Amino acid sequence: MIDDQNKSSIIRLFHVHKNYGAKKALANITLDISKNELLFISGPSGAGKTTLLKLLYLGEKVSEGQVLIEGINLSRISHNRIPFLRRKFGIIFQDYKLIPTKTVFDNVAIVLEATGKKRRFIEKKVKSILRTVGMEEALHSLPPSLSGGEQQRIAFARAVVGDPKIILADEPTGNLDEVSADIILELLKRFHTRGATVIIATHDKELIRKTGGRVIHLNQGYLQKTINV
Amino acid sequence: MKVVPMIHNYKRAIQDIRDHKFLNTVTIITIAISILIVSAFALFFVNANEIINSWKKGIKIMVYLKPDTPETKISELIRKIQHMDGIRDVRFISKNEAFQELKKQMKRQSSLFENLKENPLPDAFEILLKSSFQNQEKVEMLATKIESLPQVDEVEYGQRWLGQFTNFFNLFRLTGYAMGSLFFMAALLIVANTIRLVLYSRRDEVEIMRLVGATDSFIKAPFYIQGLIQGAFGGIIGLAVLFVSFLLISLSMERGISPGLFTIRFLSPGALCGIILVSIFVGWIGCYLSLKQFLK
Repeated sequence: MIDDQNKSSIIRLFHVHKNYGAKKALANITLDISKNELLFISGPSGAGKTTLLKLLYLGEKVSEGQVLIEGINLSRISHNRIPFLRRKFGIIFQDYKLIPTKTVFDNVAIVLEATGKKRRFIEKKVKSILRTVGMEEALHSLPPSLSGGEQQRIAFARAVVGDPKIILADEPTGNLDEVSADIILELLKRFHTRGATVIIATHDKELIRKTGGRVIHLNQGYLQKTINV
Repeated sequence: MKVVPMIHNYKRAIQDIRDHKFLNTVTIITIAISILIVSAFALFFVNANEIINSWKKGIKIMVYLKPDTPETKISELIRKIQHMDGIRDVRFISKNEAFQELKKQMKRQSSLFENLKENPLPDAFEILLKSSFQNQEKVEMLATKIESLPQVDEVEYGQRWLGQFTNFFNLFRLTGYAMGSLFFMAALLIVANTIRLVLYSRRDEVEIMRLVGATDSFIKAPFYIQGLIQGAFGGIIGLAVLFVSFLLISLSMERGISPGLFTIRFLSPGALCGIILVSIFVGWIGCYLSLKQFLK
């Protein structure tokens, strides 16, 4: 029963299906994710990892079943409430999704501007987070002038600058060399330690082995197994 | 809206205009041209209306008498006409007086008169009307009444040209409304299209803003400000061009095209403000239409 929500669950999925026309992207996924959990979604390309993440922040809508975020049923959420739901998330995309025409500062500040924070607070917070990810020197740089690893750190900074409860990372180390990947991994662990729920979609077994946590394995849209590493 | 976000949105709008100079310039020019054309029609209506009204105020009836009407009958006619409703003044113009006047007016063609054996003009009355009678229906009624008097040969009150001019003016007014609506629609569609192009060029940015939790109003605000700025600038430029054209035309009229015939005047401050408000509205509604479609 949906009403019997486990108090420690922050995300709950009930018999979730997602179809793109005749193609089945996800089939009958039921899943509970606890507060402050570190969860990996693994599986080969096309398994439905990214789709599953998109269903959480309403980048896509479920075809069938229900998704609850902190008890909010996403099938019943009004259009006006979607931005407020998304503020619970910090999202790291595989392709970074930085705005190439805006400086590093502006790219990170956009999250706080969108939530109506004051300029002085924004400046302080953005500089602080860029220091955390080791990118304070790049404040006025444009993203295309940075390396992949640096851009991913900026994307990370943007994801966490609003102190989200849940961090979603879609193949966060997919395009990075080992050193850059380790930096991103360390940052994810640090924010997990601080209390965030971290969900990482990856097909990188080495990344899972290094980090540890619960792993759910998807294949062709089906949840095949759950293991603890 | 809070002051700080408002200033911030304003800055974002200015930055957007700077980043998309060409698109914004095209939009402003389109609005300016549309406003110029619509305002030119408005200017014409205002002045034509004034001219027609002043002509109507000066309406007089000319009554031409049959040849050889005796003086006694003329005095009797004057009395009869003076007692009719709506008559302010009746002036008798003898045929000799009229002939002298005609000669004076046609000094250069004086040879025409030399060969005339007799004065071809009839005796006439010039009748001035009370202001309450200065409209087409009442003038027509009065003219018919006077025409029925036995010694009256013909009555003239400029009915043809006044009627024709009024018809032409009405037709022009209809054309103006149609053109105004067309240009309004054209400006609207172009503004909507420009904003759509700007949005399209920034679709990734808009998508990212939505993903990080920006509300639709946060995303829309700078575009609306941009639309308002485009509308205001378009309106001001359109009216400025109209004013310069007006100055040139009125100057050339004063110099010689028709000196003293009538003076034309520019649109009133109220009308100017109204036009600029309409222009701003065009910018806003164009923006609204494209944003509604784009952010669906």
